[in-house]
Amino acid sequence: MESGPMQEVSQAVLEKIAEHRDKPGALLLILHMVQREYRYIPRAVAIEVAKQLGVPIAQVYGVITFSPLFKLKEPGRHHIGICQGTACYLSNSDDIIAALEELLGIGVNGVTDDGEFSIEVIACLGCCSLAPALSINGKVYGKVTRTQLTDILATCRGGDE
Amino acid sequence: MNKSGRERLQSIRDRVKKEQSAKVTTVTVGMGSCSIAAGSEVVMKTFIEEIEHNGIEDVIVRKVGCRGMCSSEPTVEVCMQGIPTILYGQVTEGGAKKIVHKHILQRRLVNNMIFDDPGQATSKKVCNSYGTETAVIIFDNEYGSQDYSCDDIFKDFSATVIECKLDKDVQIVKAAEKKHYTAGCLVRILPDNAFLCSSKGDVDDIIDNAIVRKEEIATLAPLDEGCTQKKIVLRNAGRIDPESIEDAIVHAAYVGLEKALFESSPEEIIEEMKVSGLRGRGGGGYHTWKKWSDARQQDSDTKYIICNCDEGDPGSFKDRSIVESDPHTIIEAMVIAGYAIGAQHGIIYIRGEYALAVHRLQQAIREAEELGLLGEDILGSGFTFRCNICLGTGAFVCGEETGLIACVEGRRGMPRPRPPYPSTAGLYDAPTIINNVETLANIPAIVGKGGEWFSSIGTKSSTGTKVLSLSGKLCREGLVEVPMGTPLRNVIAIFGGGIRNGKRCKAVQTGGPSGGVITEENLDVPIDFDDMAAKGSMLGSGGIIAIDDDDCIIDTAKFYLKFAANESCGKCPSCRIGSKTLLHIFEKIAAGESTPQEKAQIFDLCKAMKKGSLCGLGTSTPNPIISLLSQFESEFLAHIDDKRCPAHRCRALITYSILANKCIGCTMCARSCPVDAISGEIQKVHVIDQEKCIRCGECFKACKFGAIERQ
Repeated sequence: MESGPMQEVSQAVLEKIAEHRDKPGALLLILHMVQREYRYIPRAVAIEVAKQLGVPIAQVYGVITFSPLFKLKEPGRHHIGICQGTACYLSNSDDIIAALEELLGIGVNGVTDDGEFSIEVIACLGCCSLAPALSINGKVYGKVTRTQLTDILATCRGGDE
Repeated sequence: MNKSGRERLQSIRDRVKKEQSAKVTTVTVGMGSCSIAAGSEVVMKTFIEEIEHNGIEDVIVRKVGCRGMCSSEPTVEVCMQGIPTILYGQVTEGGAKKIVHKHILQRRLVNNMIFDDPGQATSKKVCNSYGTETAVIIFDNEYGSQDYSCDDIFKDFSATVIECKLDKDVQIVKAAEKKHYTAGCLVRILPDNAFLCSSKGDVDDIIDNAIVRKEEIATLAPLDEGCTQKKIVLRNAGRIDPESIEDAIVHAAYVGLEKALFESSPEEIIEEMKVSGLRGRGGGGYHTWKKWSDARQQDSDTKYIICNCDEGDPGSFKDRSIVESDPHTIIEAMVIAGYAIGAQHGIIYIRGEYALAVHRLQQAIREAEELGLLGEDILGSGFTFRCNICLGTGAFVCGEETGLIACVEGRRGMPRPRPPYPSTAGLYDAPTIINNVETLANIPAIVGKGGEWFSSIGTKSSTGTKVLSLSGKLCREGLVEVPMGTPLRNVIAIFGGGIRNGKRCKAVQTGGPSGGVITEENLDVPIDFDDMAAKGSMLGSGGIIAIDDDDCIIDTAKFYLKFAANESCGKCPSCRIGSKTLLHIFEKIAAGESTPQEKAQIFDLCKAMKKGSLCGLGTSTPNPIISLLSQFESEFLAHIDDKRCPAHRCRALITYSILANKCIGCTMCARSCPVDAISGEIQKVHVIDQEKCIRCGECFKACKFGAIERQ
């Protein structure tokens, strides 16, 4: 669970929660909106969502923890998702994961100290012809090799992403 | 909307048809997720800039969706009056410029850039098109040297057409793509002839008889590749701009919808679905008409149609591609389905990760609403239907019908017992139909052309076509759509191009994590629900993953178990505990630490998971395990009894040692070792410290003298 000072919920987000709360399937809609806005679900926002929808906080966290897409802590500025589909696995995506861990000094699900990078293993991207594939903030890189990783990370740091 | 809605639709058809028949050159650039990842946006920009910079008129550059040739992206098709339509692949910025300057400006095809769109009909014996649009494309072979090479064929064709003064009308070009024939080189004479050429005599015969005189060649038969694509689901994919409703409309979008709403009753539509024999394409293979009929019979004011685009099977990407390439087919199908069962609400449940597909779907819904194809009183029919998108959350089990419903309702996506089935009580307890994307994409065609037409394609038990996602160790990965009944072997050879690097096909994994493997000896099995199940695997959603001798069956089993353990929702102990325990056993096997008792435990656990699990995830997790272990028993026993990995993939079971009689002491191995496990002086035999060795294989790769032995 996230630690540290509770985040203030912004007015814009409060308004969006109010806008959607009476729609059918509101919880899912709202959580997607929060995830897009903050890139994770801050505890203060989760509490506010529970309050607005009139449901227990445990129900909100029940859905968040069931769903890989909803994050409990803020990812790095460049969030790297390595595909673990079958084709990527057969193309030795494990080596790419190991190489990234070595280059960044963090493990899977970790965030670098400067907040720049985080690594996650994700469900099949559906880009099997580009195995092994990874995505950084939604942009897909295909046929990734260990040697290309240094350039890719440098491009991210250089602000092109 | 009143009658003018239909008139507006027809006037769009008439206007756009006229615009598109104007004699302009069209350049279409593939723009699906794979294309974009391969750099197609830069390629498209280059075309636009070069054409503008050179002041070339009457050229349109358009984006299209996925052509299914994912490993050949970026793909570009050029359609010009007077020369054949050509498909270029792996196009770069430089390649785009060459196409503009050579093909468009000089009307000469570009060598070494053409790619093949496989599965074209090649049974034609004479070339009917010579005179206006003929091109001879020569494909070299990847392996095997022939006495009469591709370069010889190219030289002789080029010389002969010049001799016969045909060179202005008949262009000779070498393709970029390589094939895998041994009896000769593939020669395609566009648009629809193909021969295997292996001598100068063949070249002369083709030109003289087939092209000039338009007669059959007595000594050379046209190449019969053994299978052709038939595009029903993918009819518009790679042909239309996925972000233009007008382009969809002029390519027959919403014809089926008009026929349904104005010429048929809901019961007649369901009857048509019954005659078609369409079975669910998401993996279940359940008869679509039965679900619809059940829902139709429910007496409820509120009913739902849900499109399941949660495509969670690793190795399956057809649904993403269909939505990215032809979103209107899904919208049209959902309106028809809604009309048939009496639903006014549609939800498209789509993976949150599929950003491009979501974007195109959102746009398509907006465009459809603006034209009165969605919403109140569609086209003046009196039928109201609204559609919205619901994003998935990344959990595989939310692709299961009741898990999906729970997720949409804002609960944890855990499946529940059935009955009641969703068609009786589904979303918010209302009758709900959940159909897969591919299932739906067949509907407009079935309603438009009739159920009988559809059932005439394919086999008796599996009618129509199937979209297959090809990946793994193939030469060519991508999407193909073949009639049911096509032999799997032909799909692998003709569309997949066989196994990379000349290796042997060990097996083909089909049906995703719920399926099994089909070994090389059984590859003649037809693509069919029942036939593939009889071989111990399943068709499922159509994922086809080829593995070679470098892939280990224990490692593959471990992969699927890790997947299942991660994705298990946790409700049923047999799945929750069974998947983890099986994974633990296989990890031990891969580490050489398994016990003989664990051999029997594997099968007991598989039985327990099958019996005790509520949903398809739990009951089908054992499928690939049982299939792999029974088809490759000796490899399984080698791991357990001999602590040996024949594929050399399980690191703990590999030993690297240096052969004293081959080592010359060059020190390459020692220098490549990341953990300093190799010692020795220059020009003296080296030795590996087995305690330090991490079995990474770097020394094996580095040694140029074959002195490292791998066991």
